[in-house]
Amino acid sequence: MDNDKNEERPAMQPQDEAALLDEFERKIKAEEKIEPTDWMPEAYRKNLIRQMSQHAHSEVIGMQPEGNWISRSPSLRRKAVLLAKVQDEGGHGLYLYSATETLGISRSEMIEALQTGKAKYASIFNYPTLTWADVGAIGWLVDGAAIVNQISLQRTSYGPYSRAMIRICKEESFHQRQGYEIMYQLAKGTPEQKQMAQDSMNRFWWPSLMMFGPHDSESAHSGQSMKWKIKRQSNDELRQKFIDQTVPQIEVLGLEMPDPEIKWNEERGHYDSGEINWEEFYQVINGSGPCNHQRIKHHVKAHEDGEWVREAVRAYRAKQQAKSEENAA
Amino acid sequence: MNVEQQNLFRFLVGLGDDAVVLSHRLSEWCSNGPYLEEDIALSNIALDYIGRARMFYQYAAEIEGKGRTEDDIAYLRDERQFTNLLIHELPINDFAFTMVRQFFVDVYYCEYLKQLCESKDERIAAIAAKAVKESRYHLKRSEPWIRQLSEGTEESRRRIQAALVELENFVGELFIMSDWEKELVEAGIAVDREKLQAGWDQYIQKFLAESDLEFPDSQLQIRGGRDGIHTEHLGHMLSDMQYVQRVYPGLEW
Repeated sequence: MDNDKNEERPAMQPQDEAALLDEFERKIKAEEKIEPTDWMPEAYRKNLIRQMSQHAHSEVIGMQPEGNWISRSPSLRRKAVLLAKVQDEGGHGLYLYSATETLGISRSEMIEALQTGKAKYASIFNYPTLTWADVGAIGWLVDGAAIVNQISLQRTSYGPYSRAMIRICKEESFHQRQGYEIMYQLAKGTPEQKQMAQDSMNRFWWPSLMMFGPHDSESAHSGQSMKWKIKRQSNDELRQKFIDQTVPQIEVLGLEMPDPEIKWNEERGHYDSGEINWEEFYQVINGSGPCNHQRIKHHVKAHEDGEWVREAVRAYRAKQQAKSEENAA
Repeated sequence: MNVEQQNLFRFLVGLGDDAVVLSHRLSEWCSNGPYLEEDIALSNIALDYIGRARMFYQYAAEIEGKGRTEDDIAYLRDERQFTNLLIHELPINDFAFTMVRQFFVDVYYCEYLKQLCESKDERIAAIAAKAVKESRYHLKRSEPWIRQLSEGTEESRRRIQAALVELENFVGELFIMSDWEKELVEAGIAVDREKLQAGWDQYIQKFLAESDLEFPDSQLQIRGGRDGIHTEHLGHMLSDMQYVQRVYPGLEW
């Protein structure tokens, strides 16, 4: 991995930059994708690095709460499906790290930013998975919310990100189905199982809505991101879309609504719902959720435990390199 | 079940237990590996073994004919009823240990499953045909890993050596046959594992010698897995693995 990609670019004259900016904006307007070799404003690059690396970290940290139930999956089939799903999330993380590297940052820099708290990941993964139903709820609600967001991002202006989203969405919809299937089985099971499903949905409902971020009026990065077409739809639009598609699914499950204010609004053509607890949202984002420390500690520990392996690989490669040079000489 | 069916049932459950227990161990690496790529790879291998376990258990359940399912076999037996060979159940330890164990069983399965493809029992032969392809692929990964770690740094080499020592007494059991399994060999169904040992030894010794490593030729062989005599580790694994099924008996998940 190349750490030196951020090194100096040649100094640019103001008139050149103005022309490049015009060309960049023309492309954005014409819905042409921006590619890694294209000129882009530094702020665009930074904004993308922030969003894409956060997305990659979310996939990777998300492996923990779900991984928490791999060993205790209740059947061999469920275990295989869950393991395959968590493995997919790892794959998504890898794919997104690679896509982000096209912007001139290395994976090790991104990992360092994650471990030192400079980079964020989806706050939802700072909630604990307490029961088997939580595996279902995460697949159904969390992946469901992620898909709404990611479908929108398939049209994002940065080419590698857009292509990553197209590919990832295909797998995520399989994940959502497996989550819903777990919930369905529980909701149609014994009263005990139904209660487990209800409890889990109640706990994950609000954090899932929080995944779309603050209200449009409060969102720090939204305006610029929308202008550059990094984001294509606003936080509130996407959140509403998610609520509208999920409420009928709750009805099919026969569970009670997690929010008593959910009600169809004929005039708006959408469901109305209650207000999110924003205090909790900011508390978790700022590091004081139930599992923030645990998640990062886990990641750091795995990384540190693996250091001797990575060191050995580097040493082995260096030795092989030296040998082949010797043979060539 | 007549005696032949009983032997066949035992045989299938043993192979299923080997697979389910090793898959459980491998899955413990998920989100804990030295590279994200390794989380993915080890999960993939774990998935192959879950697949094997399911195929062996399903067939075992059919032979038994009592209406039990693959999950009844996996989740509702205790330590003394599990009959996996012990090497599969040992904790993952560090990455070196996990990879040496994997290398050892990969070399073993490549030959064992190849021969099992010739089983007169078509169902077993079909499972073996699928599994042997997987094991060949697993070996293509585990072997270079042992090479890199053996010749990497002093620390990685020391860890490989420690893993070899820890595993030496658990290898012999792979090649020990009991009388009922020998009957299955005579019937053309099972493989004579005793006959695989020389080839395995030769392969491993030759490979390790290339990195100036030696696999101690242990006379001591810890055995008992096929009779349900385990290490202390298995009970903890099962209490984790069987938790939901034990707490909520008889439910569908």
